[in-house]
Amino acid sequence: MIFFQQLLNGLQLGSIYALVALGYTMVYGIILLLNFAHGDIIMVGAYVSWVVMSRLQLGPITAVFASVLMCTLLGVVIEKVAYAPLRSAPRLSLLITAIGVSYFLENGAQLIFGADGKNMNAIFSIPNLTIGSVTLSSTALVTLAVTIVAMIGLLMLVHKTKMGKAMRAVSEDMGAAQLMGISVNATISFTFAIGSLLAGIGSVLYSNIYQMATPTMGSMLGLKAFVAAVLGGIGSIPGAMIGGFAVGFIETFVSAAKIGQQSLSVWRDAVVFAILIIVLVVKPTGIMGHKVREKV
Amino acid sequence: MSLLNVQDIHVYYGSIYAIKGISFSVEEGEIVSLIGANGAGKSTTLKTISGLMRPRTGKIEFAGADITAMKAHKIVAAGLAQCPEGRRVFSRMTVQENLEMGAYTRENAEMEKSMEDVYYRFPRLKERYKQEAGTLSGGEQQMLAMGRAMMSRPKLLMLDEPSMGLAPLLVEEIFEIIGELNRSGTTVLLVEQNAQMALSISNRGYVLETGRIVISGTGDELLRDDKVRRAYLGG
Ligand SMILES: Nc1ncnc2c1ncn2[C@@H]1O[C@H](COP(=O)(O)OP(=O)(O)OP(=O)(O)O)[C@@H](O)[C@H]1O
Ligand SMILES: [Mg+2]
Repeated sequence: MIFFQQLLNGLQLGSIYALVALGYTMVYGIILLLNFAHGDIIMVGAYVSWVVMSRLQLGPITAVFASVLMCTLLGVVIEKVAYAPLRSAPRLSLLITAIGVSYFLENGAQLIFGADGKNMNAIFSIPNLTIGSVTLSSTALVTLAVTIVAMIGLLMLVHKTKMGKAMRAVSEDMGAAQLMGISVNATISFTFAIGSLLAGIGSVLYSNIYQMATPTMGSMLGLKAFVAAVLGGIGSIPGAMIGGFAVGFIETFVSAAKIGQQSLSVWRDAVVFAILIIVLVVKPTGIMGHKVREKV
Repeated sequence: MSLLNVQDIHVYYGSIYAIKGISFSVEEGEIVSLIGANGAGKSTTLKTISGLMRPRTGKIEFAGADITAMKAHKIVAAGLAQCPEGRRVFSRMTVQENLEMGAYTRENAEMEKSMEDVYYRFPRLKERYKQEAGTLSGGEQQMLAMGRAMMSRPKLLMLDEPSMGLAPLLVEEIFEIIGELNRSGTTVLLVEQNAQMALSISNRGYVLETGRIVISGTGDELLRDDKVRRAYLGG
């Protein structure tokens, strides 16, 4: 019974990692940037939820929409302001800029909201589900369901729509995509919008679980999601999904495991990173990764 | 008025001076060839016309409009397509998706028609429409790259070494298709190492040497030209 509950906990945590990892992987796929500001978008989304619910006293629906919208816009604006001017600059300049944006967001939040965390209520409050002797967390079920719907939506977008196909074309060969009449700038903006929208959804789900916003909450979450993306194969959308759930499971099960009386909980992050290293040694491109792409 | 008019363009890669002032034109309905040795600047010229690179000075006009500073994707929408050197198909997308990308600037209904056309010309692509482009043979990839460039129904189609790396029989097939395309109304600017084949189907040709045009004339004139014969036709 405990096993099922842990399984669900793993899926819940994994859902959040997967949603955030998708943004990392899509942006990397299209402009070869590890967007270290991506995790901080979650943080901004959490503060938006807090402001809407605790400050403005508006309902949860408003909080969800405001958060997701804000995250989406923020992602697009960051790209336009900070990354687009560096389109033909070395990738290292872009990476350093991303780190700068991340500090900017974290310190900006600290300046506005203070260094201490802000507590808020759960966004959705639904009673837990009890089947026989098993109680399943409704929060976890909602998180998982929303994530699955978002993932299906993303896969349809990428495989069935013109814009989604253009995204794949640009990430494979930017020059050839331009020769098809695809606007590279518009496609990159769109990619950031989708990646940040998923982060916004992740942010709402995360706030719903932990009910707290702090200026640095995005950095560890972002790092874990980044590990998930690399584990799955950076640049690969299914890879980010698998990687996210994998990291969620590893963390949950290591946290729950015991040797004798000793809980292994403190080893949680170490095990995640160790597994990442092992996977990269065995398969440097990650679980679903493609061979390294040549850039023209 | 010429369909394409290139006026004294100078193009650099950083400090490398690749195109040192070339001027040429392509009239509607023609096949025009650019020939020259490796590194002469043929691909650079096409990249510059397509807007992937900018000339430092000079002017490019297409269908009466100045396209020198136009964005690459707008140039395609204006009716100028390029099938780039080395095929550059989207290897992780299917044959059909590659063709759809070729029609990116067009309406869905028009796309369907173009696709039928391309499949009619290249039945081998139709058989493999669901296959990932990266798994096609070299010849099939070349057909896909050409088909994809045709999908936008360009007024002017630029082909960069379409016969590169193909078996002789397939080379002939590709040149036949270029001829057919031209007869059905598409103007063609052709870059080729295979000067013999290229010039024999061309109305006119230009010979490029280290970033400059050194000889120009009709296809027949160039085929008979002593210098061209020695340098590019093997005697
Ligand atoms: N990306 C680049 N960076 C620097 N120099 C380049 C680049 N691409 C081409 N060049 C240089 O520009 C010149 C023209 O190259 P270009 O590719 O246009 O030649 P080409 O005529 O198409 O040759 P080929 O027949 O081998 O395809 C060459 O000297 C080449 O070395
Ligand atoms: Mg070339």
